[in-house]
Amino acid sequence: MLVAGVDVGSTQTKAIILNENSEIVARGIVNTGANVVKAAEKAFQTARSTAKLEEWDVSYTVGTGYGRYKVLFGDAQITEISCHARGASFLFPNTKTILDIGGQDTKGIRINEKGEVIDFCMNDKCAAGTGRFLAAAADVMGITLDELGDVALQSNNPLRITNVCTVFVETEIMNHLSKGKKGEDILAGVHQSIAARSVSLLRRVGLEQEITFTGGVSKNRGMIKSLEEKLGLHINVNDDSQFIGAIGAALFALERAKSHHDGHLHQQEKFISAKELAI
Amino acid sequence: MTKCAIFDTRSEKIISRATILTKHNLALASENVLKEACKNISIAPMNVFYVASTGYGRYQAPMRRIQITDITCHAMGAKFLFPTTKNILDVGAQNAKAIRIDENGRVMKFKMNDKCASGAGSFLERVAKGLELQLEEIGSLSLHSKDPQPISSICAVLAESEVINLVTSGYPVEDILMGTHLSISDRIVAQLRQVGIDGEITLTGGITRNAGMVKALETKLGKKLNVNENSEYAGAIGACVLVNKRLKKTNLN
Repeated sequence: MLVAGVDVGSTQTKAIILNENSEIVARGIVNTGANVVKAAEKAFQTARSTAKLEEWDVSYTVGTGYGRYKVLFGDAQITEISCHARGASFLFPNTKTILDIGGQDTKGIRINEKGEVIDFCMNDKCAAGTGRFLAAAADVMGITLDELGDVALQSNNPLRITNVCTVFVETEIMNHLSKGKKGEDILAGVHQSIAARSVSLLRRVGLEQEITFTGGVSKNRGMIKSLEEKLGLHINVNDDSQFIGAIGAALFALERAKSHHDGHLHQQEKFISAKELAI
Repeated sequence: MTKCAIFDTRSEKIISRATILTKHNLALASENVLKEACKNISIAPMNVFYVASTGYGRYQAPMRRIQITDITCHAMGAKFLFPTTKNILDVGAQNAKAIRIDENGRVMKFKMNDKCASGAGSFLERVAKGLELQLEEIGSLSLHSKDPQPISSICAVLAESEVINLVTSGYPVEDILMGTHLSISDRIVAQLRQVGIDGEITLTGGITRNAGMVKALETKLGKKLNVNENSEYAGAIGACVLVNKRLKKTNLN
């Protein structure tokens, strides 16, 4: 039996396919763009094609993320907070605190040893402290988001970024550049500013070890370093950190599919009727 | 933008104005705008007797003999343009200020938002960018709106994405734009209420060129605002008025 989790984020959409032993069979990731429904389908399809699977091979799909209701082929929707908690405690079983920095929001989540959410705190009102803040900085500096963290790591003398507002930080960066300041020092300052904001968010939910970093920004090595410096603690990250929401969703899917013992049959019927509808 | 006004102390009138984009070099911007204003009336910048600078880059203007805070200047400028004004709203690219003045033009109370672009001109710039429109055209476009769509994001950066989503959902551009203007107006009006609304309100700053924004603010306030073609120059005009007062005083002594 195979199940899937699809995490529709503001910037990227992630899909994970698991087998009945909770092992990852396939991953898919695409840019969300303007058409959220299509992004969910495309991420799922990317994952399926890497494992050479058809739609009916997957018995149960859970959608999560801000666009979870746009996963039209999904069987259920679960909030990204629960999915991140589930996914993080699956990858790092001793996780107590989760920091999720995505494209448009930042969340601090505290969980118990079973991976259940105890408390959470979210900034989704303002782009300060989110991936968008980094994207804006990358834009002004004329480099890609992927290079950003590594450039910041080269700095010996990080500058202090005084503005909170992303719009004003763009101007602040331009002023620094026009004064001949080094790109890496500016970027190191940008990373430190986000780290400071993230840590204060985590303090609000209560900081307890171990800490697991999730979301698209967890790929950024400069951000990992800034966070560890600010916290004075190690944080858990691996190559699948960006997929943690989708992994959590897939784990919920597996649980539900197992409880329906006719899960597979049910899915096949559903596929046929959907196909008939399309005709 | 950097603005310049030239004031004739004999006639007590503004005889020239100019405006240019500020960009990175603030000193250069102040020199260029003065040159431009002088060129309009065919005089040399050295013939200008006294230069006062104001605004966020006021310490960068090399030819200045004095610098005055923008709050005092806007108050004086608004009072010069509209003598019975009691409140001033100055909305620029990076900040919004609400000011209350007494009958002599003295500042009694002010409130400023310079931490965040949510209630400033930059918010409009972002939305314009998201819609691939020029900042100059959004005001007049928004006036065609019949069913304004409010923007729920307070953050200018997140609003840019929200606006793109609204476009893909099929909402007319003019409705999105008027919704944007109304949403910003909400925040600016709240700021004005904090200093106390008392009679006539004068709008100053770059926002005065945006007819949609003027209409949105008037809708939210439920009354007309004082605006004319000199409103954008209120800060520079206020600086002139204050210099004139100073010169009169020194002449008397």
